[in-house]
Amino acid sequence: MSQKIEALAARVEQCLQGKVTRVTSSCGELTYVIAPSDWRAVAEQLRDHETLRFEMLIDLCVVDYLHHGHSEWQTEDATRSGFSRGVARDAAAQSHFAAAQGETATPPGQRFGVVCHLLSLEHNVRLRLRAFCADDDRPMIDSLVDVWASANWYEREAFDLFGVLFRGHPDLRRLLTDYGFIGHPFRKDFPLIGEVEVRYDPASGRVIYEPVSIEPRTLVPKVIRDDHRYQPEIHDEASYREAGNRA
Amino acid sequence: MPEIQSYTMNFGPQHPAAHGVLRLVLEMDGETIQKADPHVGLLHRATEKLAESKPFNQSIGYMDRLDYVSMMCNEHGYVLAIEKLLGVEAPVRAQYIRVMFDEITRILNHLMWLGAHGLDIGAMTVFLYCFREREDLMDCYEAVSGTRMHATYYRPGGVYRDLPEQMPRYQPSSFRSQKDLARMNEARSGSLLDFIADFTDRFDACVDDYETLLTDNRIWKQRTVNIGVVSPERALQLGFSGPMLRGSGVAWDLRKKQPYEVYRSLDFDIPVGVNGDCYDRYLVRIEELRQSNRIIRQCVEWLRANPGPVMIDDRKISPPTRVEMKDDMESLIHHFKLFTEGYCVPAGEAYAAVEHPKGEFGVYLVSDGANKPYRLKVRAPGFAHLAAMSEMVEGHMLADVVAVIGTQDIVFGEIDR
Repeated sequence: MSQKIEALAARVEQCLQGKVTRVTSSCGELTYVIAPSDWRAVAEQLRDHETLRFEMLIDLCVVDYLHHGHSEWQTEDATRSGFSRGVARDAAAQSHFAAAQGETATPPGQRFGVVCHLLSLEHNVRLRLRAFCADDDRPMIDSLVDVWASANWYEREAFDLFGVLFRGHPDLRRLLTDYGFIGHPFRKDFPLIGEVEVRYDPASGRVIYEPVSIEPRTLVPKVIRDDHRYQPEIHDEASYREAGNRA
Repeated sequence: MPEIQSYTMNFGPQHPAAHGVLRLVLEMDGETIQKADPHVGLLHRATEKLAESKPFNQSIGYMDRLDYVSMMCNEHGYVLAIEKLLGVEAPVRAQYIRVMFDEITRILNHLMWLGAHGLDIGAMTVFLYCFREREDLMDCYEAVSGTRMHATYYRPGGVYRDLPEQMPRYQPSSFRSQKDLARMNEARSGSLLDFIADFTDRFDACVDDYETLLTDNRIWKQRTVNIGVVSPERALQLGFSGPMLRGSGVAWDLRKKQPYEVYRSLDFDIPVGVNGDCYDRYLVRIEELRQSNRIIRQCVEWLRANPGPVMIDDRKISPPTRVEMKDDMESLIHHFKLFTEGYCVPAGEAYAAVEHPKGEFGVYLVSDGANKPYRLKVRAPGFAHLAAMSEMVEGHMLADVVAVIGTQDIVFGEIDR
């Protein structure tokens, strides 16, 4: 399998010299990051070049990297405060948490990653492409609808959920959210509980929208543990000891 | 006064043939469709966002509720993605159990599809036949997981528990006679595997039954032949997969082309259509029923002969047994950590795809090293199929829209997510 991936990587890199940057993967997948300006041209080449032939766009989605690598609870050392106290409900603590997040926010132009998964039936290989939208406030990228027709709805969905605009899309409407919905719900700064709730109001005799009445809560804190427990060296005892000696 | 050329018609969302909550806005010229605009999202539950707020294992149950007629296959995609990131592999017995239940799920799904599709375009009887067999398979789900539909049975590193030694039986009741009870419990005297083996022996004849009702039926053919034709090139462009792609004549099946679990060592064939119309897709799915039955039979045989663990022996991922937990401190700690915090998955991204009954079900998982997914994207096969609705019904009659919805095997749980 890895030979196949390497052979494909060689072909891609030869065909798209200088346009692609390979991302290392631990699970035998091939991922390339490209500049948003090359997005459409690269897609077209991947589809048409005879050594590549990615006939099918399997999936297209957006990843919002706003909180990537941030944990909700610091566990580096033993804490005097349990998680429930660590994320106190009062406004001061909330804003403190927000500020802590803000300090290490993603660098500009690295927030919205548009990811597409390609499949070549002829060569039986998969490829992942990613491009970051340059502008975080008005993320925009070229549409792939005229390269792969299946991009149509994937891009509509991505626009709906993340607010990424696809230049040249024939029909960029919302897809999944309600008629008249405001906001882009899958962005990391959109609350999980939403902004509005809906109910039937007997007084006015119709369905009305109101600000949500429930409180946001975190049931299980997000923690990142850097104890390298999944690194292969640990399972191979000899190399583990060696690594320990070096340290 | 100008002559009205076309008019707009609303179809659904509350229509029995809309397979859930599909709203179609149809532009019609007389009875001919000019354009169809599906409005989806009425069942949107933001599963992917919910998953971002929970430890990995707590979202397995949500996967059942995506495509709620092929539950375990959804779990399979999700679990495989996690395993890929963790770099672990389930024990062989667990892999066989997964494959067996994937195929049981495929039969469940195709039976539901066949019954509903038949009902939609005027074949009432087949629905009743299909649900008779579905009931037995639901009982297999129940025997192994405790629930008839939303099983939450697959776990990263294996399956929740081994197959039961005893198939649950019907209890005596004042509503049924001794004779009926004995008949109903006939196949249930042994283990779950015995019950499944008995099912596989019966099932081929059942498929023959469905075929006598439909395959050469004049009305059935009039409603499906040359309806919703998709060329192989167009099917690739539109991102079709599964029976939709194979119906158009492209021999592509992940179980053969990119085998996962133990599919490599199993013997089965991939049916392929010729014309790419509703009738060919029907034939493909019918043949898949037979092939799935064949796979299940092989799995049962293997599982009978090879006992073994069904979960990896890694306490950082799989919980210890209750017994261990009661008298071993370390097991207790592992149990506590796994059920409060969960496990952390190494940072990275993975895409795992399975050959779901409807097509390629893929899960794209981004992890930042935390105990929750950073981003989960479900690639639902039905989403791409429904997106091609307009193209498939263009130029057809209104009644054919129903045939096309049926042939696409639409389920809104996975499309709206």
